[in-house]
Amino acid sequence: MKFKLTLWRVIFIVIMALGLYSSFVRYFRGLGAVSNMTDQFPWGLWIGFDCLCGVMLAAGGFCMVGAVYLFNVQRLHAVVRPAVLTAFLGYLLFIVGLLFDLGRPWFIWHQMIYMNFHSVMFEVGFCVMTYTTVLFFEFLPNVFEKLNWTTPIKWIHKIYPVLIVGGILLSTLHQSSLGSLYLIMPSKLHPFWYSPALPFFFFGSAVAVGLAMTIFESTQSAKAFGRQLELPVLVTLGGALLVALWINALLRFQDYFHRGLLRQIVTPSYEAYFLWLELTLTFVIPISMLSFKKVRVSPQLLYLASISTVLGFITNRLNIALIGFETFVGHHYVPKWTEFSITLMIIAMGFALFGVAVRYLPIFGEEEKHTVVQPRLSPAAATPVLSHAGD
Amino acid sequence: MSKAILYDATMCIGCKQCEGACAQQNKLPYDDTVAAESVQSAHKYTVVVSKNDKFMRRLCMHCEKPACASVCPVGALHKTKEGPVVYDVWKCIGCRYCMVACVFGQPKYEWQALNPRVRKCIMCPDRVTAGKPTACAEICPTGATKFGERDDLISEAKDRLRQNPSNYLPRIYGLNEVGGTSVFILAAANVEEYGYPASAKIGDTPMPEYTGRVMERIPDFVPVWTLVLGGIYWVSHRRDEVAAAEAAEKNEGLKGPETRNGQ
Repeated sequence: MKFKLTLWRVIFIVIMALGLYSSFVRYFRGLGAVSNMTDQFPWGLWIGFDCLCGVMLAAGGFCMVGAVYLFNVQRLHAVVRPAVLTAFLGYLLFIVGLLFDLGRPWFIWHQMIYMNFHSVMFEVGFCVMTYTTVLFFEFLPNVFEKLNWTTPIKWIHKIYPVLIVGGILLSTLHQSSLGSLYLIMPSKLHPFWYSPALPFFFFGSAVAVGLAMTIFESTQSAKAFGRQLELPVLVTLGGALLVALWINALLRFQDYFHRGLLRQIVTPSYEAYFLWLELTLTFVIPISMLSFKKVRVSPQLLYLASISTVLGFITNRLNIALIGFETFVGHHYVPKWTEFSITLMIIAMGFALFGVAVRYLPIFGEEEKHTVVQPRLSPAAATPVLSHAGD
Repeated sequence: MSKAILYDATMCIGCKQCEGACAQQNKLPYDDTVAAESVQSAHKYTVVVSKNDKFMRRLCMHCEKPACASVCPVGALHKTKEGPVVYDVWKCIGCRYCMVACVFGQPKYEWQALNPRVRKCIMCPDRVTAGKPTACAEICPTGATKFGERDDLISEAKDRLRQNPSNYLPRIYGLNEVGGTSVFILAAANVEEYGYPASAKIGDTPMPEYTGRVMERIPDFVPVWTLVLGGIYWVSHRRDEVAAAEAAEKNEGLKGPETRNGQ
C-alpha cells in the first residue's frame, strides 16, 4: 500500500507533532508549564473535556449493547460493533488523558490498593477500570473472527450475559457518578449547574449522547466507507433520541423550577449566555427538528440533529467543569494552547485507531467487509484515518 | 482528646513570626520575598494578611469531617485522632480533587514540579503527637495563636466573647462551619473580608455528607439493578427461545435456540 499525502493526513501529522511537543512540556517541565491550571482552578480542560465529555461520548457502547442484547432489539444489531469499538477506544483514550492530567500518573495503580470507599473518584476510577475490561472482552470477538479462532469466540459467548449485565451496571454507576463528583461543591459551582440531581443528569445525558453519537458515527462511517445506511436503524435511533431528550429536558426544567431559578435563568448574565447556548443546542434545536417525521426519516437531518445534541451536551459538561466555577474563583480560565494540543492529539488518536480497526477487523459485519477493502474507494479510503467518529 | 488552634485576630500584631516558624518546621524557604507574599501557596502554608490596620491569619481549618479526606480516591489525606488533617505523599496520585472540594481553598499544588505534591498546613502532627504545641502557636509573642484541647479552646473563646463583647463580632468562626473545624477564629471584623468563605454560604453540614448521601446508596443499588437488568435480559431472550421452540415443533428437525444470541 502506497502512502499518499492527503489533506486529512497532513492535519493528522501536524496535530500529532504539536501534541508530542506538548507531551514533552508536560512530562519534562510540569503541569504548570503546560497548562493554565492554578491553585484556584485545579481542574481544567483535560478534566472538563477529556474526562467528563470523553466518557459521555463513549456511552454509545453501553446504550447499544443494552438495546440489542438486553432488550433484544435485533434491528439495531448492525450498529453494536461500531458502538462497542467506539466505547472501547473512548475508554482507553480516557485513561491516556488521565495519564496527562494526573500529577503523579506513575502511581495510578495506587487506585487498586489504597481504596477509599467514601470517594466518588474512587468509585468512578474503579468502574472505569472494570468496564474497560468488559469492553475489551466485548471487542475481542472481532479479533477472533478475523483470525478464525472459533473456540475462544464460544467461550466469550458463554459469558456474554455476565458481560452485558455487568457492563450496563458499571456504566450506570460511573456515568452518574461523574456527576456526583460535583455534589461536594455546592458553594463553588454556580447554581445553574450545581444540583442535587447531578447524577441523574449525567446518566440521562450519557444515554442521549450515546444515541446521538451512534447516529453521527453510522452516518459518518457510511460517508467514509461508501456503505449503505440502514434507514430503519437510524429511524429507530432518532425516535429513541427524541424520547431521551424530552426526559432530559423535563428533568432539567423540574430541577430549575423546584430550586426557584426560572427567573434567574432568563435574566441575562455571563452564566446565562452559556446556559442558553447549552439549552439551545441540547434541547431546542434537536427536539424541534426531531418532532417532524420528515426529519426522522432523513439521514442528513438526523445527522444534523445528532451533532447539535452532542455539541450541546459537550457545552453542558464544559459549563459544569469550567464556566460554572469562574464567578466563585473570580477570574476566567482559558486553556493554554498546549492543553488544547494534547486534547486534540488524543482525539486524533481515536479517529486513527477507529480507522485502523475498521479497516482490519469485521466491525461492519460480513456484508460490508468487501466494500471496505475494495480499492475503488481510493479517494475516500485515503481519508478514513481522520474522517471517522472515533472518539 | 482532640487538639485545636484558637486564633484571636484582636491580639495579633502582624509580626509574621508564625509564618517563619511554619516555614522552618516544614523546611520551606522563608525570606523577605516570601514574607511579602500575601497569598498561601505550595511554599507558604500560612499567611498573615492585613486590611484596615487589622490582621488575619489564614491556614488549614482541619475540619472535623474534612472534605479533602473524603474525596481522595486513595486516602492520601486523613484526619488523625489528635486533630490534624495529614497528607501521605506516597499514596497521592495527583488528581487534585481535594483542591476542588475544599471550601477553604487550602490544599495547594506544586505546579512547577515534575513529581508534584499537594501542600497545606498539616498542624505539625509530629509535635502534636509528642504533646508539643504547633510551631506557629509556640512562637506567637502575644498569644494570638493558641494551641490546646479543642473543648478547652471552645470554652475559652466563649469566655473571651462574654468578657469583652465590644472587642469582637459575636461569633466563633469554625465552631459550626461545615460541621465544625479544629481552628477557631475570633475577630473584630468579618472574616469574609479576608478571604474566608461566608458561613451562610458553606453552611453547617459536613461536606462529606453531600457525596455520602449518594455513595451510601450504592451497596443497595448494585444488587437491585443487577437483578432488574438480569430480569430484562431473561425475559427478552426467553420470548425468543419460546418462539424458536414453537417454530421447531412445527417444522421438526429445524434447529432452534441457536439464533438467540444473534452473533
